[in-house]
Amino acid sequence: MAKYITKRVIYMFLSLFLIASFTFVLMKLLPGSPLASASKLSVEQREVVYEKYGLNDPIPVQYVRYMGNLAKGDFGVSFQYKNADVTTLIVKKLKYSAILGAQALIFGTLIGIILGMIAALKQNTVWDYGSTIIAILGISIPSFVFAVLLQYVFAVWLEVLPVGLWEGWKSSILPSIALAMGPIAIAARFIRTEMIEVLSSDYILLAKAKGANWFEIAFKHAFRNALIPLITVLGPVAAGLLTGSLVVEQIFAIPGIGQQFVKSISSNDFAVIMGTTMFFSVFLIVIILIVDILYGVIDPRIRLSGGSK
Amino acid sequence: MEKIVEVKNLELSFHTFAGEVKAIQGVNFEVYKGETLAIVGESGSGKSVTTKSIMRLLPKSSTEYKNGEILFGGKDLLKISEKEMQKVRGKDISMIFQDPMTSLNPTMTVGNQIMEPLLKHQKLSKSEARKKSIELLTLVGMPKPEMRMKQYPHQFSGGQRQRIVIAVALACNPKLLIADEPTTALDVTIQAQILELMKDLQKKIDTSIIFITHDLGVVANVADRVAVMYGGRIVEVGTVDEVFYNPQHPYTWGLLSSMPSLDATEEKLYAIPGTPPDLLDPPKGDAFALRSEYAMKIDMEQVPPLFKVSETHYAATWLLHPDAPQVDPPAAVIERMKRFPGSRYYTGNAGGVR
Repeated sequence: MAKYITKRVIYMFLSLFLIASFTFVLMKLLPGSPLASASKLSVEQREVVYEKYGLNDPIPVQYVRYMGNLAKGDFGVSFQYKNADVTTLIVKKLKYSAILGAQALIFGTLIGIILGMIAALKQNTVWDYGSTIIAILGISIPSFVFAVLLQYVFAVWLEVLPVGLWEGWKSSILPSIALAMGPIAIAARFIRTEMIEVLSSDYILLAKAKGANWFEIAFKHAFRNALIPLITVLGPVAAGLLTGSLVVEQIFAIPGIGQQFVKSISSNDFAVIMGTTMFFSVFLIVIILIVDILYGVIDPRIRLSGGSK
Repeated sequence: MEKIVEVKNLELSFHTFAGEVKAIQGVNFEVYKGETLAIVGESGSGKSVTTKSIMRLLPKSSTEYKNGEILFGGKDLLKISEKEMQKVRGKDISMIFQDPMTSLNPTMTVGNQIMEPLLKHQKLSKSEARKKSIELLTLVGMPKPEMRMKQYPHQFSGGQRQRIVIAVALACNPKLLIADEPTTALDVTIQAQILELMKDLQKKIDTSIIFITHDLGVVANVADRVAVMYGGRIVEVGTVDEVFYNPQHPYTWGLLSSMPSLDATEEKLYAIPGTPPDLLDPPKGDAFALRSEYAMKIDMEQVPPLFKVSETHYAATWLLHPDAPQVDPPAAVIERMKRFPGSRYYTGNAGGVR
């Protein structure tokens, strides 16, 4: 296990290096300047600023310098926030996004699992059709549409929850629900299909032949086996939440990392773009690692043994 | 002898998109204490369905019990509630399935799977159940049972898994064990081991067995009595010797003739012509008539009743009717019948029955 994780961590750094290099090159290919109103400055003034931030050096030099700093954990300084340290900036904004993301993922998967279980156990009944409809809506309607809808119903019409901004935990409810629609739909579909298949397998028949009641069959025997494929898609679902949060945070005006990311792209804030990209990458890679380890916990057939054993 | 289970006039249909499949059309049989009854027949003849209906393991949504009763311990299993049935399953009646590779839960340790019926039906404590499970594993010939308890099914071979399934089935000393083709998915040497194990255990715990198979070699090896099923009915039933050496039904003749034999002089292997009947629209009369060269006019019109051959031997064929013409079975069957005292071909000097 330790050997496996070490190997994975080494791979993780390798991927991060590639992602950093790739993003760096892409950014340098972008036209435009990080200066808010470059045209109002004289050529000399611009040169002074560029010189100060090292933007006049040849790109390979900038690349080596940036990667060197990155290796030391220094993400550089932001252009748009008056030289604020990027790490501090991200960490400050991260809190909001992390709350939203975690709530959406946990809430979404749990509700999805419950809906899927109900649909599978009450196959071809109103319950099944109801949960199928919720799942189809969740998959086909983008989260930002839900966001606006939720805002209208709960904030404008019923006036029970804040319409936007961050005023404590209450503000996180609507955006979390909007973000959770995707995970709900995916989890419900996966669990339903998988439960139906597992419930018709031989070992469930044997469990019945042992005298197990429906509760034991559903939860002791079938559930764990039905969870396995869901675990696989949790990684991509988490990635979907990241991209979803970019828009949803905008709609709810939540000062999270998503909103910050969008702003930094429109203002060519290189250091922040790089920093956020790197942060998102680390987050995703760690999630995928956790998913792989969870696999082994749930399915003994995929227990991770040291390397090629 | 004490009857363990008695199936009376069982009729059962499946409702499918194509219509009503009359899977079982009036099946009668009983199993006595300590005996092994083999049910043989080709795929779709209703042998699995019959036994699954004893356990009530057929899908509720599509199965309709149209008629009949299954008497077990003074109760009609078709009338009791699902809750009561759960107390019967795994305790009084248990089952072994065909494919050991898929009949164990892949995410549960083998120990937990054996302990499950013990904890449920015998109300043992965890440590008692563990002790009993280790005993069971030893009983079915599993080396290092303590260590094996903690392992998962994928760490066992097919034969070992079938031993585990047998251990699960025998956990609560059932009165009746239903074995649904327990050796079909195993290779021949393992088959022999599992059969020996089952025979051995039957003596030890004195259980009755219903053994479903389409392998007549296995039947000869394990069974006391044989029921031959065709098209949702039992067409012949008798002791092993009676069915193997004095068969009366043309379908049984066909089955026995299609059994490959090492000393056969003919190169070509006999196969029963035609296909099994379509139970969506079962034929009028004897379901086998269309495939039988011995079919008479009445076979096309009326279902033959079970004619008595001896106290233990019955066959459903109009050929046994007093007015029926005398016909000669296939040559291979006559060879067999020569060895059976009481058959009309008995010669007395051929060595007799095994």
